[in-house]
Formats: sequence, structure tokens, C-alpha cells
Amino acid sequence: MEQAETTVNGNKPRWFAGLALLAVIWVAAYASLGAFADGMVRLLGLDPQSRLGDAVRFFFFDTPKVLLLLAGIVFVMGIVHTYVSAERTRDLLAGRRLGLGNVMAAGLGIVTPFCSCSAVPLFIGFLQAGVPLGVTFSFLISAPMVNEVALALLFGMFGWKVAALYLGLGLFVAIAAGLVIGELRMEHHLEDWVRALQSGQVVRRPAEEYTLPERIRAGFSHVKEIVGKVWPYMLGGIALGAGIHGYVPEDFMASIMGKGAWWAVPAAVAVGVPMYSNAAGIIPVVEALLAKGAALGTVLAFMMSVIALSLPEIIILRKVLKPRLIGVFVGVVSVGILLVGYVFNLVL
Amino acid sequence: MLHAYRGRKILLLNKENHVKDIKVLGSGCANCETTAKLIQEVAQAKGVEVAIEKVQDMAAILGYGVMSTPGVVIDGQVVHSGGVPDRKKVEGWLG
Repeated sequence: MEQAETTVNGNKPRWFAGLALLAVIWVAAYASLGAFADGMVRLLGLDPQSRLGDAVRFFFFDTPKVLLLLAGIVFVMGIVHTYVSAERTRDLLAGRRLGLGNVMAAGLGIVTPFCSCSAVPLFIGFLQAGVPLGVTFSFLISAPMVNEVALALLFGMFGWKVAALYLGLGLFVAIAAGLVIGELRMEHHLEDWVRALQSGQVVRRPAEEYTLPERIRAGFSHVKEIVGKVWPYMLGGIALGAGIHGYVPEDFMASIMGKGAWWAVPAAVAVGVPMYSNAAGIIPVVEALLAKGAALGTVLAFMMSVIALSLPEIIILRKVLKPRLIGVFVGVVSVGILLVGYVFNLVL
Repeated sequence: MLHAYRGRKILLLNKENHVKDIKVLGSGCANCETTAKLIQEVAQAKGVEVAIEKVQDMAAILGYGVMSTPGVVIDGQVVHSGGVPDRKKVEGWLG
């Protein structure tokens, strides 16, 4: 570590200067969003007062705005990921009791790099190191559901309040579901081969060390990877929003997904659970539902159930969990999301 | 079992110009395929001889201390875990 620090030291001021310059460009770009959108409307020779002009302005305002927010947040998270590895999170959670352990696990789920394809080795690795089952579940629920892409997109398209609500409620579901599963003491409902592995020795390897330039490069490559994957969905969502914005703001969905319909939340969760999509893919749908008068709680419950639970994920987890535990897992998370939807619709 | 395995790798490591023994750890996900392909590509471009093996057995993967897949093991040493590695990084391993 020391050595790595000294070799980069010569370049450190330059890296910081580069970052500062990028930050200035970012802020300048963000500040000139309105001017850019107005300019585009004029450039296309549209009347800003017309419906088409309004829709076009919305599109050229929101696209760079959401892109900038996404790139900024994802860049920072790329750097954060070089500090928080799955191994470090596991060691932080090992031996924690239910309660505080669940809160920590849900929180760490936001910042720890996670891919649902490594859910199984992660799950076993956590148990092996002595992370309680309930705490492990809090992590496994929070990590895919409450992530920077979902938060950045919600923030960019629906404002910070919706993003903050999603963050808070996502953490609540992860903590509560983990607590319930922990209290049910279902350790013996793990598949036998998992229980055999569980008692095995934890193999530790030295944590990867990064120099400052490497961390910054990790930030950039994270942006490239995520924005490269997400932009078509994002554009789709904004285009849809622009269309709805400029034209008929009808309350089409209000009757079936509005606050009045008590069965809307369970229906949304029932439809959402088997569906498989990432946060980006679901955003255009959320945009359309909200704009058509669907209640926010119902829409957020739908979004959470799509991202947190899916058929492919259930199939993957079935390899390690016996049917009873899978059932409890799906049931508890669904009930949590259901509660969130109802409370939301009641309060707002 | 794993220990015997590791001993063998260390022997290999001491030989000059041996075929690099590369393992891609992962449960057959898309990222693992991409990683294996990337290593093959870079090796071919650099003219380095490699033997790539995909390890899908969970016990073996955890035996390397890897929780985030894909992981990459070269001559018994874990050099990477969690996500598709950077091309530059791969070139470094084979350099």
C-alpha cells in the first residue's frame, strides 16, 4: 500500500486537478440544461408555445439531465466500489446479531458491488463466515433493489422526493424481511450441500489494492458499462414522458391504478414478482403509469417487486434453498412491498 | 483435495515458459463467458499459449476465496474477481 502511494504521489495533484475540472464541466453543463433545450427548440424551428415545441423541449431538457445525473452518480459509485468489496462487507457483517446486523446489511447492499449472477457464491460465502441467515437475506434483498442506477434514474426523472422514498422504503423492506426470516430460524431449510459447505473453512485472500488512478479509472469504466447498458431504456422512458407531457394528460390509469382501487397494489405486486427487468428497463413503464394517473405507492410497489423478485432469481436461489424457505422469502418480501404500497397511497 | 491441487500449481509456476493455466470461476453466467472469451482473444493477439478452464463447482469457487463471479485464477493465484476484467488488466496478466 505504502509503495503504491509513493509511486503515484507524483501524479496525484494532476489526477485531482483533472477531477476538479470534470466537476466544473459537469456543473456548468447541468446549469445550462434549460438554455440547451430552448436552443434545440429554436434550432428545429418550432414554436415553444405549441404542443410539439413543449414535448421537444421536455425531451431535450430531460435527456441530458438524466444522463448527467446518471453518469455523475455511477462514476462516484464506481470509485466507492473500489473501497467496498463483497469480502469487506462479509467481514463487517460476520457474527452480527439480528437487528443492527440487518440494518447494516441493507445499507451495505447499496454500496457493495453486486451482480445477481453471483448471488449463490455470495450467499454461501456470507453464511460460511458466520453472517446470520436473516442478515444475509437483508443484504440479498437490498443489493439488487436499492442500487445507484434505480436511484439516479428516479432522481433524474421524478425528483429527489421519489428517489428518497424509494431508498427509504427499499431499505425498510430489506431490513424487515431479513428480520422476519431470521426470527423464523429456518437454517435447516438450506439445501444439504450448502449446509455441508457452510461448516467449511473460510478461504481469505488479501484485499485488492488500488492506486488513485486505478480508482478513477474504475469510476470511468463503471460509467461506460452502466450508461452503455441503460441509455436505450432511459431514452425510451423520456421519449414516452415527452409524448405524454406535450399531449393528452388523460387520467387513463387513474381508475384502475389510482388510490381508490384497493386491489391495485396486490395486483401490481402479483404482476411484478415474476417479471424480470433491471431498474432501467422498468423506468419507461413507471413513467407511463405515473403520467396516466396511477398512484405513486402502487407504481413504486410494482417497480420494487419487478426488481427485487424475479423468476430467474428464484430459480437460482432454489439451488441453495429448500422450497419452504424459497416460499417464505418470496412471501415475506412480497408482503413488505405490499405494505409499502398501501402506506404510501394512504399517506400521500 | 484443494491443497493437493494447489501444490501442483506451484510446481508449474516455477517452470520457465510454461503454458499459462487459467481458470475462469463462475456459474455459467454471461459475464463468465465474456471473460473467458476476452482472455482467449488477448492471448491469441499476444501469441501466449494458455489453457482456459471454466470452473462452475461452487465448493471449488469458494475454495479460492471468491464470492463475486466471474473470478480469474492464473497458475493457482486469484488475480481478479467480480465482473468482466478490463482488457488492459488481461494484457497485464499475459504480458
